[in-house]
Amino acid sequence: MQILLYILKRILQTIPLLIIVSLISFFIIRLSPVDPLAELRLNPSVSKETLQKETERLGLDKPIIVQYGKWAKSFVKGDLGVTSNGEQVSTKLKERIPNTLLLTVVVIFLSWVVGIPLGVLAAVNWKSSFDRILTVLTSVGMAIPSFFFAVLLLIFAVKTGWFPVGGLTSSNFMEMSFVQKILDITHHLILPVTVLFTLSLAGLQRQMRGNLLDVLDSDYVKFARAKGVSEGKVIFKHALRNAVNPLITLLGFEFAGLLSGAALTEYVFQYPGLGRLILEAVLRSDINLVMASLMMGAIMLVVGNLIADILLIITDPRIRQGVQA
Amino acid sequence: MIIRDLFKQLWKDRYARIALILLGMIYFALFFADFIAPYTKDFSDRTMAYVPPSKIFTIDEHGKFSRPYTYNYKREFDPVELRIVYSLDRSKKHYIKFFAQGQPYKFLGLIPMKRHLITTDKDGRLFLLGTDINGRDVFSRILFGGRISMTIGFLALFVLFPIGLLYGGIAGYFGGKVDVIMMRFAEAVMSIPSFYLLIILASILPSGMTSVQRFMLIVIILALIGWAGFARVVRGMVLSIKNQEYVQAAKSIGASRLRIIVKHILPQTTSFVIVAMTLSVPSYILSESGLSFLGLGIQQPDASWGNMLKEAQEYTNIIYRPWLLTPGFLIFIAVLAFNLIGDTIRDVLDPKSKVR
Repeated sequence: MQILLYILKRILQTIPLLIIVSLISFFIIRLSPVDPLAELRLNPSVSKETLQKETERLGLDKPIIVQYGKWAKSFVKGDLGVTSNGEQVSTKLKERIPNTLLLTVVVIFLSWVVGIPLGVLAAVNWKSSFDRILTVLTSVGMAIPSFFFAVLLLIFAVKTGWFPVGGLTSSNFMEMSFVQKILDITHHLILPVTVLFTLSLAGLQRQMRGNLLDVLDSDYVKFARAKGVSEGKVIFKHALRNAVNPLITLLGFEFAGLLSGAALTEYVFQYPGLGRLILEAVLRSDINLVMASLMMGAIMLVVGNLIADILLIITDPRIRQGVQA
Repeated sequence: MIIRDLFKQLWKDRYARIALILLGMIYFALFFADFIAPYTKDFSDRTMAYVPPSKIFTIDEHGKFSRPYTYNYKREFDPVELRIVYSLDRSKKHYIKFFAQGQPYKFLGLIPMKRHLITTDKDGRLFLLGTDINGRDVFSRILFGGRISMTIGFLALFVLFPIGLLYGGIAGYFGGKVDVIMMRFAEAVMSIPSFYLLIILASILPSGMTSVQRFMLIVIILALIGWAGFARVVRGMVLSIKNQEYVQAAKSIGASRLRIIVKHILPQTTSFVIVAMTLSVPSYILSESGLSFLGLGIQQPDASWGNMLKEAQEYTNIIYRPWLLTPGFLIFIAVLAFNLIGDTIRDVLDPKSKVR
């Protein structure tokens, strides 16, 4: 019960945070010397009424604080306005967000499944040649610019023809059976996932190794060893759980980093995700779309942090007790 | 003094030494870019777009050793593949000359000079790493672009750290409501995915700025996205420092709060600041290159490693003109070197840390 209350409190705490985020974003965008409706005005297929409606909806003739109020009101109602092509922003977002989530969730999952064991192995075999090789590899993985790595993989894809060059689905996706569809998406995901996975794996493995080394140095581990507990038990029963906890806290930040890295990767691979959407929106100065995707990015990040906090309650008994007390 | 000790320790470590030497070489080359580059930054030969790297010969057609020379490229149209190909024009040798007169330039923008480290005769063309779409020498542009790419991160740090230190210091020292409000704001900034914020800030820069203005504004933008996370850590440190006795002592002799923060508390965070700085240089190099890669950072005709890679976005370029990818490898090497140094510094300053 107490835990549920705590979670509820945490959820409520995100609301002021998101309000500040929206204020910051709104003022940055509105204070720029860009006419938010410039593209819309130039587009002949957009009718005068739509333009009028947008001007009123955004309150462009009113002072900026009123504009923010109007924007916030319609945002809460779920009305995000239209893009410069006259499409609904919300449909556009609904189309893109799942793709970005798919990409990041797959990457986080893979990097945890691979990164944690590799980190443990490196820490247990500290200063062995295995550890050293891994350190070199992760240094390399962390130093490659994501977009450059993506470009290199694209060359590889073009030269070998083994992978599709960009997009998320093939052109005949609609005619495929369910299993074929899944295979097709997997095929398209391999290269972007490889790029982000390399980056995220390198960081995670290093964190895990460092944490475990710290924990293995602590008094209670020394005590357990002195007591004659087997090494395997020391590591898996005592040390590992404490070493993983900080990583869960970092999960939220990892998610943030991935969203940022994904933007460039999505751009190179022409992947239909949120990052590319916001980029295209920015380049076309499509204000509604920029504002909405910025908020969505922030919400995803905040929710990611929230999930990390909740996971921490589950894994760390100290926090659980702290909450209950 | 900390810095000198640190440097000594770094030098002892094999990897850190290699990284230091590499970075030293890079910065040396960038400093003397005008002299080392065969061409000036703005030199372009429109008839020589996408020329492959010049081949340098040391053995002539009779099989004898010769002074190094090169041939110019001839432009031809391949009727089968329907594209322009370049072949060697073997009619005239162009000898490579060292420390010879070449295009005039102003060394560091001040001293007019004509000598170049390496050049060839007047009608010869020496493109060590080929040319780009405008027929500009990639090797020369890498040197000039590196000046931007390798300094922008440092400049951003020098803007960001004072802000972060002061912000975190004030929030941590004052505590209470001030702390809550300031930290909520910092958290909100951190809640916007940094790259999203980066591209939005870059996109609202008005067009028609001079390249210096644009450069400075990008420095500020880079700083704007990084200060919050840094401020948060500083605040945490200040919270633990502010109750120490010497701070109480300073308070009791009536030092002002700002003085206590700046003079007594913040200096305690020095080692953390050094670590954080070295560890974050690479991320700023990467941010700038990403931004310029998208066309939102440094703009043509100025070069940066990121905007040079912009051309690598086209398939035909990356397949037929791989030399255009060189800046990517340089970014990689620079970031790797900075990371290695950062890791070693962490080990040195924190004996418990076992990065390596």
